[in-house]
Amino acid sequence: MTYLPHSPKERDAMLATIGVKSLEDLFKDIPAKHRFPNLDLPPALTEMEAAAELAELAESNENVHGDLISFLGAGAYNHYIPAVINHIISRGEFYTAYTPYQPEISQGTLQAAFEYQSLISALTGMDVSNASHYDGATAAAEAVNMAYAQFRGKRKKVVISPTVHPQYRAVIRTYTQGMSVEVAGDNAEANLESGPEALASLVDENTMLVIVQYPDFFGRVYDYAALIESAHSKGALVCVVANPTALGLFKTPGAMGADIVVGEGQPLGIPMWFGGPWLGFFTTKKAFVHKMAGRLVGETVDSRGQRAYVLTLTSREQHIKRERATSNICTNQGLLALASAVYMSVLGKNGMKQVAELCYHKAHYAAEQLSKIEGYGMCFPEPFFHEFVLCCPKPASEVNAHLLEHGILGGYDLGQDYPALKNHLLIAVTEMNSREDIDTLVDALSEVDHE
Amino acid sequence: MSDTSTKLSASTLTSPKIVEPTLFELSSAGRKGVSFPDPDVPRAKLPKSLLRADLPLPELAEVDVVRHYMRLSKFNYSVDDGFYPLGSCTMKYNPKINEDTCRLPGFLFTHPLQPIETVQGNLALMFTLQEWLKEISGFEAVTLQPAAGAHGEFTGVLIMRAYHRSRGDDKRVKMLIPDSAHGTNPASANMTGLTIVQIPSDERGNIDLKALKEQCDDTVFGLMMTNPNTLGMFDEHVEEVVKIVHDCGGLVYGDGANLNALLGIIRPGDVGFDLMHFNLHKTFAVPHGGGGPGSGPVGVAAHLADFLPEPLVGILEEGEEDVPPLYGFVKPAKSIGRMKAFHGHFGGGLVRAFTYIAMHGPDGLKDIAQYAVLNANYLLARLRDTYHVPYDRICMHEFVAEGQFAGSDVRALDIAKRLMDYDFHPPTNYFPLIVHEALMIEPTETENKDTLDRFADTLIKIAEEAKSQPELLHEAPHNTPFGRMDEVKAARELVLCCWLPEDYNLGE
Repeated sequence: MTYLPHSPKERDAMLATIGVKSLEDLFKDIPAKHRFPNLDLPPALTEMEAAAELAELAESNENVHGDLISFLGAGAYNHYIPAVINHIISRGEFYTAYTPYQPEISQGTLQAAFEYQSLISALTGMDVSNASHYDGATAAAEAVNMAYAQFRGKRKKVVISPTVHPQYRAVIRTYTQGMSVEVAGDNAEANLESGPEALASLVDENTMLVIVQYPDFFGRVYDYAALIESAHSKGALVCVVANPTALGLFKTPGAMGADIVVGEGQPLGIPMWFGGPWLGFFTTKKAFVHKMAGRLVGETVDSRGQRAYVLTLTSREQHIKRERATSNICTNQGLLALASAVYMSVLGKNGMKQVAELCYHKAHYAAEQLSKIEGYGMCFPEPFFHEFVLCCPKPASEVNAHLLEHGILGGYDLGQDYPALKNHLLIAVTEMNSREDIDTLVDALSEVDHE
Repeated sequence: MSDTSTKLSASTLTSPKIVEPTLFELSSAGRKGVSFPDPDVPRAKLPKSLLRADLPLPELAEVDVVRHYMRLSKFNYSVDDGFYPLGSCTMKYNPKINEDTCRLPGFLFTHPLQPIETVQGNLALMFTLQEWLKEISGFEAVTLQPAAGAHGEFTGVLIMRAYHRSRGDDKRVKMLIPDSAHGTNPASANMTGLTIVQIPSDERGNIDLKALKEQCDDTVFGLMMTNPNTLGMFDEHVEEVVKIVHDCGGLVYGDGANLNALLGIIRPGDVGFDLMHFNLHKTFAVPHGGGGPGSGPVGVAAHLADFLPEPLVGILEEGEEDVPPLYGFVKPAKSIGRMKAFHGHFGGGLVRAFTYIAMHGPDGLKDIAQYAVLNANYLLARLRDTYHVPYDRICMHEFVAEGQFAGSDVRALDIAKRLMDYDFHPPTNYFPLIVHEALMIEPTETENKDTLDRFADTLIKIAEEAKSQPELLHEAPHNTPFGRMDEVKAARELVLCCWLPEDYNLGE
């Protein structure tokens, strides 16, 4: 009876009103031979016991706030999360509300979502943002769905850069397996050193969408304007998967002409939480708004002449259009969109730029120091943002094992996804890494071969 | 749910009254919120040609931001405020301990790509939750990866597709979906290009067996079935339905949206369902967050286990007496692939649900279902004389009444809006589509008799108001901070974001 408020007397009065004798009598429609199974589950814990058990599980992990110094990124980033965020998203008025289908009593959620859309549009340089997707990878897959719909299935090819996050590429393949879509550009032999120009040659009249990442999976920053112009000349759309922290400093994909900008909002004040829940953002040009998936909040007025907000263009969505909807998405990441909006508003114009610059300077210091170690070096030329590929003299897995013994969570072992890069580590540096952390990494790596 | 018939008293020509300015309107050039330290390393040269010219974000102090969101929060109605009988959404109380456990630093600050040796706590929790969900549902294997119910449905449809193809059975293109189904079912099936065939309900709210049989041939891909369905009825012929579909080679997908009614009552796997998604944010008290995040694990029977998304959590090395097992990731043999990046909604979804199940145990879970069904039937008993209930028999966790009265122009929408004046969240309205002016009422198990009585009394009073003062309902709500919305204006003008004012930086 953990959270049940019924007294035995009340229960009996209710049963009498219904006209049955016992709770069991309510279940006569259930096939008798399967009714009331004995579930083999551990007996109920009290709150005190559950709190202790969960604490024990949590403590048996090594976290990156005290246990380990982390240089691991690859799509999940350890950033400082201002205290105010958790206080706001922990208000019951926000987190225990449902989707705002009743706008008269949901203006808090609705205005917050409208502001989130506005902040993300400003950050990416795009016209419109929806109210969120599950994560960056599924947002990228929804970009393919949108492009497919835009060309009514007449264009079949998606060109994906091999330096889009490997898991995002995997999700796109999963999502499109029931569609007649051809994926090109990210085959195993792809030249990883060539810039975006190499992709342009793959774009043809059958191409619906080109997908690139900014900065790319290896941390490199390219201006995609020329690629986008070239893709447009063939009639294709271009989707840029962007890191939102980088957009505090670098030119927006919107300014480069991108048609769709998606990405993972986790760096905007959302904990790494072993991978989720996070926040997929999705933005596009106004011309494509009717083809976009997900919820959209628009401004209006109420019957009292007050400015207010509602879910709009709902005729794109599954609860109205059923199988003719632009996507099956229903639940999104509302509370995490709120967290990111609080992050962007307390950091503001100044703080967002400051975080991006800190990441940039620290990553460049780390790259410079690491390159001085014999046998180690930068694999790709600058510019890069807060991640870079370090060539190592031995397999990355061995290097990481050594670092872990020194309490350091090393970089991402690129050999897992790129067979040619077995001796290569993707190192991420954020504002959370002090100079001392970086020097500790350098010292630990200098020792690898002397042990 | 559109509200196009509402007559708006305010002229759209005058500028609307601003109740709460946006973050952009509150901004003041040069104002600062959270700042960061200066770099403790030398500054590197920035690549000038790649930098953005302007970053048009608001500039606010922390207190500005806090007060803004405090004011906004007060415009919301939430489960923590009061009764939220939103049908098919299972708006039960969200226990506070779950908020604390999911924010333990060991969970918050672990990276999804850490070596498995350093995250054994997370992996043990995920493995155990997989086992618990298997036991609760009667399935053979569970993936925790899907991000929400609809995402679980899409996962399930891809698994069904992979199963048929693995048998060289490519001709199956027809997905059968009852007319009472959630809109996500046809939308999910459509994402793999299937043809949707709608199956009607019979007069008792069950799937019409004759209509089902007529559709069953060797092109049937499967059936997507919500049971109890969205009328709140447990299908009296469920075993026969499953058999008919299996006999023609189709698979039966269970939409687990209404699983709250079945905990410890019956296991879908035992009845022959091939697969089902769970909504951890409905059944297992993960809060809805104003629209998400959810969490939509999928359970499958043995013959579908090889097709699950990768990765699952498995035991890599068995434990011994004093040594726990080594948990790690495993890839099913014929996996459909990855449904999202990383491992599912671990912190916000899985840890909360784990805490909730651990605190209930087998008896507590059965209590949840029994009292959810008790509460629904109690409200049904109190309301059936006032509101017409087209499918009127013992219901499960919810029921559907008609929000209309003979000789009155009051509609379900008016009743829903009037309920707000009495400080209740309205039921789901206009769904399921097979009931006219539907009011779909799901009280959940966490409401006490007093609340249910107050709600029933209010609905009965509103039915009287509908006769005596219909204008009161047409113009409702009256006591809320906002009135009815001009939804046409929103869709026509499409103002989807705001900016800093045009003269914002003129002083600089």
